[in-house]
Amino acid sequence: MNGGMRRGARRAAERIAIWGLRGLVYLLLGAAAYVLGDLIWHGAGALSWEFLTAEPVDGGVRGGIFPAIVGTLWLVLGTAAVALPVGMAAAVYLSEYAREGRLTSWIRVAIVTLAGVPSVVFGLFGLGLFVIFFGFGASVLAGSLTLALLILPVIIVASEEALRAVPQSLREGSLALGATPWQTIWYNVLPCALPGMLTGSILGIARAAGETAPILFTAAAFYLPELPGSVFDQVMALPYHLYILATQHPDPAARPMQYGTALVLVGLVLGLNAFAILWRNRFRRRYRL
Amino acid sequence: MSPTDRLRPAVSSPLPRSAAPRTKIEVQGLDFFYGDKQVLFDLHMAIPEHRVTALIGPSGCGKSTFLRTLNRMNEIIEGARMRGRVLLDGQDIYDRSVDVVELRRRVGMVFQRSNPFPKSIFDNVAYGPRVHGERDRTRLAEIVERSLRRAALWDEVAERLDDSAMNLSGGQQQRLCIARALATDPEVLLMDEPASALDPKATAAIEDLIYELKENYTIVIVTHNMQQAARVSDRTAFFYEGRLVEYGETEQVFTRPRNRRTEDYVTGRFG
Repeated sequence: MNGGMRRGARRAAERIAIWGLRGLVYLLLGAAAYVLGDLIWHGAGALSWEFLTAEPVDGGVRGGIFPAIVGTLWLVLGTAAVALPVGMAAAVYLSEYAREGRLTSWIRVAIVTLAGVPSVVFGLFGLGLFVIFFGFGASVLAGSLTLALLILPVIIVASEEALRAVPQSLREGSLALGATPWQTIWYNVLPCALPGMLTGSILGIARAAGETAPILFTAAAFYLPELPGSVFDQVMALPYHLYILATQHPDPAARPMQYGTALVLVGLVLGLNAFAILWRNRFRRRYRL
Repeated sequence: MSPTDRLRPAVSSPLPRSAAPRTKIEVQGLDFFYGDKQVLFDLHMAIPEHRVTALIGPSGCGKSTFLRTLNRMNEIIEGARMRGRVLLDGQDIYDRSVDVVELRRRVGMVFQRSNPFPKSIFDNVAYGPRVHGERDRTRLAEIVERSLRRAALWDEVAERLDDSAMNLSGGQQQRLCIARALATDPEVLLMDEPASALDPKATAAIEDLIYELKENYTIVIVTHNMQQAARVSDRTAFFYEGRLVEYGETEQVFTRPRNRRTEDYVTGRFG
């Protein structure tokens, strides 16, 4: 009798826990759906071939956002070109070569600290170091370097995790065949870890695509109808363009443009994330890890 | 009649039992430490060429650690430290002049849990020759076929060398790992409980294989399986708490052990 009651109470607790957790998940999904739905509702009307391919007119109230799309793509590619090799190399060093000791623990503290620095501080740092000290000026190069610094911790941590997920037995198997540590990493560990490393990295790069503060002083132009010819040119960028449209234009005609820009930016980031996830799944099937 | 029994008489040993075999590996005064903890104590042991030497003993007795000192695989563990000498054909493998890469080519290893690389069957076997610089496709194909034949796996995989090694069964994977080790043309084969994760049929296949391989290779095998040690080995070493308690002809160790603890262990009174 008593046991039955206790079982009943346990079952009730179980049900409350499940529904509580399920409710939180629905809340999260609802919030995401609301943001996306609101953007589509207000922004879809602004989307047109012209919007995607034309230059902005009247400070962005009319015309399109083509230079901003191109500028953001340049920044994303530049950031990836800098952050991927450096971040992955750092992760390989930390996970495969570095012996645990005072130096490695300091490096880890530095990485965590870097991850905690607000993005506007990175922006000012980039202004001081790359724009002024190195004399790159406000440019794709300075902006990419700044964004790369911002997402380096994400790439390093994600890559290290992917490397640690590679079974130790694969390393031993390779070393036991007389492979050098570097051959072991290059032929065996990296091919296994690469999908995970890249997935984590692309998620980081997607985040960089949406950042405003780091490029505010280092790369982004308020209005620049010309496309960049080299990495030393300044560019327009979607997040900054969105910020301008949202804060500097009392004209109600700017609202649809603002929503349209936001939609394109979110679409770009979601597209990158989806690509990362699909790619990871493909590799997972191939390697069956 | 098990497959093992059927194969036995058909295979003849290259050397008559009575001929004293040459010593391939000689261990002198080996102490081994993980950090401050000593796990091997003053080991002396001569391992004969073209024979199977079994290392037995309860878990944690140091037999796997000992095996891994023979190809310097213990070096990759942080905090590992050793004293003493391990001579391969008379040369100390811990000498500064010894290239560990070349050592591990000569002393191959098969692990407890089969660890095929997530690559094709061909690429698994070709891995060793490739890291040692062999690039010629024809040569690699020859090596792969020869190694797979020696590991008694060729007939089962010849038609699907490009398939992922992960699709093979457990027993096939372990024979693939043996083929992979043979591909670098080693002289010594170290096996760390190579059949412990396999079913009886796959185990019998591995044991038959070991019996055939000793014609060309010096084999040192760690096993927790008494019957297996008795079946496959010529000499048996009993380890207990980091010490070599007894070492001799397998028949003698199992039927007339000199040490009381060996007797208790091989008769199953503890372990």
